[in-house]
Amino acid sequence: MQVGTAHIDARDITIAYGDFVVQRDLNFTVNRGDVFIIMGGSGCGKSTLLKVMIGLKSPTQGDVFYEDVPFWASGEDERDAMKRRFGTLFQSGALWSSMTLAENIGLALKQYTALSDAEIREVVNYKLMLVGLAGFEDYYPNEISGGMKKRAGLARAMALDPEILFFDEPSAGLDPISARLLDDLILELRDSLGTTVVVVTHELASIFAIGNNSVFLDADAKTQLATGDPKELRESHPNEIVRAFLRRGVPEANAA
Amino acid sequence: MNAALTCTTAPDNTLAVALAGDWLLGNALPGLEPVLENLRKSPAPAGIAFDTAELGDWDTALVARLVSIRRDAEAYGIAVDESGLPEGARQLLGLAFAVKEREGARRSARDIGIFEAVGEKTLRVVARSRDLLAFLGELVLSFGRLFRGKATYLRSDLVQYVQEAGAEALPIVSLISFLIGMIFAFVGVMQLENFGAGIYTADLVAVAMVREMAPIMTAIIMAGRTGAAYAAQIGTMKVNEEVDALTTLGMDPMDFLVTPRVIALIVMLPMLSLYGSLMGILGGTFVGLSMLDVSLVQYASQTVNSVGLNSLLGGLFKSVVYGSLVAIAGCQQGLACGNSAMAVGQSTTRAVVMSIVLIVVSASILTVIYINLGI
Repeated sequence: MQVGTAHIDARDITIAYGDFVVQRDLNFTVNRGDVFIIMGGSGCGKSTLLKVMIGLKSPTQGDVFYEDVPFWASGEDERDAMKRRFGTLFQSGALWSSMTLAENIGLALKQYTALSDAEIREVVNYKLMLVGLAGFEDYYPNEISGGMKKRAGLARAMALDPEILFFDEPSAGLDPISARLLDDLILELRDSLGTTVVVVTHELASIFAIGNNSVFLDADAKTQLATGDPKELRESHPNEIVRAFLRRGVPEANAA
Repeated sequence: MNAALTCTTAPDNTLAVALAGDWLLGNALPGLEPVLENLRKSPAPAGIAFDTAELGDWDTALVARLVSIRRDAEAYGIAVDESGLPEGARQLLGLAFAVKEREGARRSARDIGIFEAVGEKTLRVVARSRDLLAFLGELVLSFGRLFRGKATYLRSDLVQYVQEAGAEALPIVSLISFLIGMIFAFVGVMQLENFGAGIYTADLVAVAMVREMAPIMTAIIMAGRTGAAYAAQIGTMKVNEEVDALTTLGMDPMDFLVTPRVIALIVMLPMLSLYGSLMGILGGTFVGLSMLDVSLVQYASQTVNSVGLNSLLGGLFKSVVYGSLVAIAGCQQGLACGNSAMAVGQSTTRAVVMSIVLIVVSASILTVIYINLGI
């Protein structure tokens, strides 16, 4: 479980909807303890790639390897066991509306651990404290705001202390301070628990604040243009599209 | 190694909590009773310190426990010294207390007595009836706008609703009506043959289908098929704020969503019912001819003579009433839908239940009226 060793390995992935190829020939490695950013312009297939990684959509070619175990080539049961080591935060929280926040977070704990109800309550309470929602256990999702839903979704994603946390646009719809707190929380989880984090985002502030590794997808080329530390990509990547994206389109001569 | 927790009191009266073993979410964890007991002691401990020399692997299960200890200690006014904890656990603990709990957010579950429960239910029924009346008022106003040509709606939507509530319902209406006609004919043949009046099976089937069964059965089919769809469609639009989006553009959801649907059902249900009558009579003929000793011509003329224009128009009028009830129940429940997936399910259920109750109640009332009018 050493930090720095390969944790997720994407090999030759091609993603398509029917005949329409979204991305092809994706190859990248996420190391243990990385905060890995999947970035690119709108509509380039970032979220679709995430779906492939968490088991919602199968790739047309290639496979994702978790610690050298192929994900899609494995049987249904092994895949389910692997999925249990992931936590996913969906774009708008995707909380189950018929359950309270405590029930949303406690469901996986109830199903997959031997914890008693009181212990589950304790863990749920702690996870909600982490995301700044202490005291909201008995609220239903439709009774809280959009940003709160997102944070509750994060608490649910963290319920089982996953090895890998996937985030789909975590800071979209959050105010700057909440977005910043979320970034801090992501780094804290990585440092304290050794969680590997994969983030889909095009929020530059977040990319540079938390990302130490990344892949850049391009909608026109339909493949990845770069992979590596986003800060280095911004300074010295040979491809102008990548540099321009990371500088918000400001030409280099004018960039501060 | 199993997780363990031991408490010892140091000479300076600080409580040393020793944590040992693997504190993981999947493991059985020791309770906090020893710590609580020590906190309640008098004299109270001067502080709490942690000893984690024997601690193995840990995850947030440990941190959740530490949160409880810190809360309890704070309640007793006892200081907690976290320096003995692993660096990561200390960070995660700090993070949990970084955001203050919002005041007044916490809810306490409250038991309500039977009187309060009955009262609340009653008030809810009253409120719902008032909502329904308000909806009917809005609908009338909306029809007024429609006839003055001031309502905004898409003609293509209306065509689609008509298609969904009409042509697409033909297969199921055919099947059900045909079978019901057959059932009626069976019953008729079995009973009427006893008196040698088997030929009157034709009257029984035709009158029952045209006046009562076809309108009621098609209405109930459409309540389950189309009324439920209306409630679910409009309810989901409400959850997705699509209804709000219409309102902000100055379009009345009643004009845009409700009135076209109501019109579609009011127009299509009588037609379906007429078609259902024919299918039922066809089913009855099928049984009648195979079980009775009559010719097709005899059976057909018996059928034609039994159904007068009054029965036909009476049946069609019933269909118009049922159609408007189904559409109103579906759309009203859709617009009254709450803000979640669960609420959509509830309003769909309510729409179907309400439609069926309204259909059967109005059928009884209309039948009594018809009898008194001699129709």
